[in-house]
Amino acid sequence: MTENLATVDKLETGIPGLDLISEGGFPRGRATLIAGTAGSAKTVFASHFLAAGVERGEPGVFVTFEDPVAAIRTNMASFGWDIPAWEREGKWAFVDASPDPDAAVTVVGDFDLSALLARIQNAVRRVGAVRVSLDSLNALYVQFKDHALLRSELFRITSTLKRMGVTLVFTGERTEEYGEISRHGIEEFVADNVIILRNLLTDERRRRTVELLKVRGARHQRGEFPFTVTERGIIILPLSGITLTQSSSTVRISSGNPTLDQMCGGGFFRDSIILLSGATGTGKTLTVTQFLAAGVAEGERSLMFAFEESRDQLYRNAAAWGYDFEKMERDGQLRVVNTYPHAMAMEDHLVQMRDVIREFRPQRVAVDSLSALERVTGMRSFREFVISLTSFLKQQETAGLFTSTTPSLLGGTSVTEKHISTLTDTIVLLRYVESYGQMRRGLTVLKMRGSSHDHDIREFEIDGEGMHVLGRFTDLSGVLSGNVTFLAGAGGGAGGRGGETHEERDAG
Amino acid sequence: MGRFRFTLYVAGDTARSQQAYADLRRICQERLGDGDFEVTVVDVTVDPDAAEAERILTTPTVVKEEPAPRRRITGDLSDAQKVLTGLGLAPGWPAVHPGSNP
Repeated sequence: MTENLATVDKLETGIPGLDLISEGGFPRGRATLIAGTAGSAKTVFASHFLAAGVERGEPGVFVTFEDPVAAIRTNMASFGWDIPAWEREGKWAFVDASPDPDAAVTVVGDFDLSALLARIQNAVRRVGAVRVSLDSLNALYVQFKDHALLRSELFRITSTLKRMGVTLVFTGERTEEYGEISRHGIEEFVADNVIILRNLLTDERRRRTVELLKVRGARHQRGEFPFTVTERGIIILPLSGITLTQSSSTVRISSGNPTLDQMCGGGFFRDSIILLSGATGTGKTLTVTQFLAAGVAEGERSLMFAFEESRDQLYRNAAAWGYDFEKMERDGQLRVVNTYPHAMAMEDHLVQMRDVIREFRPQRVAVDSLSALERVTGMRSFREFVISLTSFLKQQETAGLFTSTTPSLLGGTSVTEKHISTLTDTIVLLRYVESYGQMRRGLTVLKMRGSSHDHDIREFEIDGEGMHVLGRFTDLSGVLSGNVTFLAGAGGGAGGRGGETHEERDAG
Repeated sequence: MGRFRFTLYVAGDTARSQQAYADLRRICQERLGDGDFEVTVVDVTVDPDAAEAERILTTPTVVKEEPAPRRRITGDLSDAQKVLTGLGLAPGWPAVHPGSNP
């Protein structure tokens, strides 16, 4: 049979995210090597591959060379996989090839692995296995020194099993994250496909990635993708695997502030991502509050991920501006999720956020603030996080409002913005302006993808009633850069427009 | 019945399997004498459950069942010295003839 890119028959693995980056799963009836260093979640991967199969009606055989069977049953129960029940139902079978002190064997001459093969074949036939995991072959190399013989025997085993039509996964140990694929160089010889699991230390944080190094004769996504081990097993977070679609909805929603709506040409778009940037105290949380409340007022559901302020603080602030968050939450129209940024890794934040969004199905989501998350992770993880979150929100056709805190009070942009501005549809800036011994506030819509918008830099005030957007600054210029110039004869040629605005921002 | 009981695990009725059986019998005969041992042959391709129960990975494998302690060796059995040492039956090893002084 010729290997045509279009016709390779793939087996959907059912491991979240994996089928997306592998563009449909593993080639059916082939052997895939899962290589990784110690602690890179190889055993979890090998188990998840089988568990996901069982859950979709495809029985599996687990051949263990290292961990005792009892330990695997116990360890995998923590992912919600009831292996003993599957064994009773004839959906899962173990072949125990783990070291047995009572069965230590002395090698006196040339041998073959026919007994192992016969046992695996027996188990495959007994449960009608579609999938087989072997974890990990390393133990064999320790036990048997003749690696040339092992190599040809493993080749014979994988070929025989492939002829039986099963799709194989086997794990192999690596000694370093970037280097030889496997310690003994044996596994890649017998593998059709190679997947690498990495457990990296970057920016003083652990970061797991998966890379499809080789998928013989089949299309797949290249590069490393972050993944995380959750209480439901492995979740791969596809980034470039998701096609980033720009805002496609023409339906407008209110920002909660009529003047801001007007400046955006009639409100934000239904499925757009809005970045709200400003120094501390410029009114970001107020803008968020109004945005969420506007949704609730329309009978929608609003969701807030609060990484900076506690629920009580948010309730109190909202109440001060006349919004009863407590009642909105009671009525099921609002949900505030309060998480400490340091509590978990970015990947886990993302998984948790996606879970809440899926469950609550909000029309509006606010993240206050992205900067708080950025502080606890590396730039790369952070950017991947934002890409994943924005594409996920777009898939759900949910409007997302992210806040970003600028480090300086006057002018300036934050690192956050620099890295994610291209991922957002709309950017709204809130800035302090120092003017004749007074702190004033300015607001502008910097970008509004797919719509015309107001280029004015407007002054706004905050009082007990909320935010009031006034007219544009006519007596000064240079608001965005923080280098304010006061204009004589105010009103005349005041206020930078359009292109000039951008130049000033870049200069700042 | 022999005092020494062995199980020989082989894969299929092949020349290699027959050779292993012949080698084992010859070595036992030379070392232990006629009638003092018996060999049970298990073909793992016919009875994989037996291989599973004994956790056999390789063939040929010889398990010395009795007398205790159990010993197992694997590989072709052409080297009698290695086979006897692996099974704890090397000449001069006192455990071979318990109760009698060599």
